[in-house]
Amino acid sequence: MNIGGWIIMSLSVGGMTTLLGWCIYKVLSTPGSSEHLHTQIDIDPHDDDDDD
Amino acid sequence: MNQPNGSGESWGTRLGVILAVTGSAVGLGNFLRFPGLAAQFEGGAFMIPYAVAFLILGLPIAWVEWSMGRYGGKYGFNSTPGCYFAICNRSRPAAYMGVLGLLVPVMIYMFYVFIEAWCLGFAWKYLIGDPALLGTATDTDVTTGTYVLDFVGIKENGSLFHNFFGSSLVHLLICFVLNFVLIYRGLNKGIEWFCKWAMPALVLCAVIVLIRVLTLAPNPVNENQNVINGLGYMWNPGGIVMPETLPAEATEAASEVAAATTDAVSDATPEKKSLLTTLSDPEIWLAAAGQIFFSLSVGFGVIITYSSYLKKDDDVALSSLTAAAGNGFCEVALGGMILIPAAFVFLGVLDEKTLDSAFQLGFMVLPQVFAQMPGGQFFGFLFFFLLFLAAVTSSLSMLQPAIAFLEEGLDINRKMSVTILGFVTFVGTMFVVYFSENLAALDAIDFWVATFCIYVLATVQVIIFGWVLGVDEGYEELMTGAEIKVHKSFKFIVKYVSPLFLLIIFAVWIFKALPKRIENIGHVEGLALGFIAIMLTFFLLLIASATKRWNKTGKGKVAQ
Repeated sequence: MNIGGWIIMSLSVGGMTTLLGWCIYKVLSTPGSSEHLHTQIDIDPHDDDDDD
Repeated sequence: MNQPNGSGESWGTRLGVILAVTGSAVGLGNFLRFPGLAAQFEGGAFMIPYAVAFLILGLPIAWVEWSMGRYGGKYGFNSTPGCYFAICNRSRPAAYMGVLGLLVPVMIYMFYVFIEAWCLGFAWKYLIGDPALLGTATDTDVTTGTYVLDFVGIKENGSLFHNFFGSSLVHLLICFVLNFVLIYRGLNKGIEWFCKWAMPALVLCAVIVLIRVLTLAPNPVNENQNVINGLGYMWNPGGIVMPETLPAEATEAASEVAAATTDAVSDATPEKKSLLTTLSDPEIWLAAAGQIFFSLSVGFGVIITYSSYLKKDDDVALSSLTAAAGNGFCEVALGGMILIPAAFVFLGVLDEKTLDSAFQLGFMVLPQVFAQMPGGQFFGFLFFFLLFLAAVTSSLSMLQPAIAFLEEGLDINRKMSVTILGFVTFVGTMFVVYFSENLAALDAIDFWVATFCIYVLATVQVIIFGWVLGVDEGYEELMTGAEIKVHKSFKFIVKYVSPLFLLIIFAVWIFKALPKRIENIGHVEGLALGFIAIMLTFFLLLIASATKRWNKTGKGKVAQ
């Protein structure tokens, strides 16, 4: 592994880790985050019982 | 910005939100697809277009999709064609342009569920302690390599059908039925605990595997095949830097791969390209953008559908940024450090053809890592089972866009939509499964749909957002309910930089690389393209019918 490889690996891994760390900090410091933050899987399409 | 309204919210609840949002980003693309692509395109050099694509395409377009979806949802639309129809002032051509928002997730599902079945199959085999996977088989003819190749049917088209119980076919049927039962009964939202707990467990498991990979001993056949050189194989820019003495003889497993995929392991040092030469290849930019889109689920039509169900004061800015960051972390810090270094230690330098089948590579290499780990059977089971759960959550979300469209376009109920979609995807999956020799059908659909079509759809999205909806209105939509303030340069990036970047790379790729790609199209890839064309026509006809109906009923004239 050459010096370029070490630099790119450090920047890539470090950059992503820092970004994730900042996001975690923002979520933890945001009041009401559990109500307003969403991911695909927790969104309800509201169409489950349309034929029942 | 939202008014804080959750003062009593516990840390556990917020932690749950983080786990759910970041966990939703974890999938097969992080651990299997990304490392193969990165190594295929000169390792570290790939990270330059990857970083560019993340910053000026992935993240902005994720925000674009979340905003466009919620905007379309206000008009009662939940599919990409419907949202485009609403955004473009009830324009029928705009609805047709949304066809890729149906084609992409449905066709990716067709091969994704196949790989999901491999994960389930491997988890089961680890659970029962299958000696072939654990590397303890007494029959010398049954080694991990040959076993895996038979399991995925890589040697011959149709071979899976000759060995139903010994192949991945039985697991495929289980996965297929499981997905459709879950979605038919509307239980997909009930599996959110997968994201909340199982996905973080997968990340933890990946960290353990990473530690094992980083502490692997050099290959006894050739000591140059060690972890540090493996990391160099993955991360060095401008090519592989290897000592002059490359493996004179391939390892046993490498020979098995080579026998099946022809010349998988190089016996000579690959030609070292300069960084500029590597970066001048349009395919690396296309591949990097494709990977960003694939793993972030951007340009799929999936996000636009889910965000259409959100309330107007829900956050989309911090949610999508956190998901993107979680995805990037899993991909780069975990996925990028596991598969290729381990593959290098066990198999040596691999040629492009093998790296191109990154999914296959993962299933060849990881069992060998687990075979050398204390408690490898347990961790092998845990890793593949959690990967299977991650795949299930992704594959379920791939089905929702088409279901939403069938419901709103043809005015049929969810169960009828699921039944139609079940038939269509079953036919497509059987196509992928039958043409399993060298995974030709899977690779063809992976390229033409999961890279090419996603790229086109992302371009269409960003142009509609920037030039039709308008960046000011779009930005306002993004900021509604947002928990973070997105810098206003987002507007300039989305209006000018992202579309220009996409169009330039696309034009250069068409000019320089497309003729070569077309020249090399084989029999199976030709059939796959024909199948894609049939699916495209099918969805276009459905959109024609849907838009007629929307015009007749006046759907979407007034925001809800």
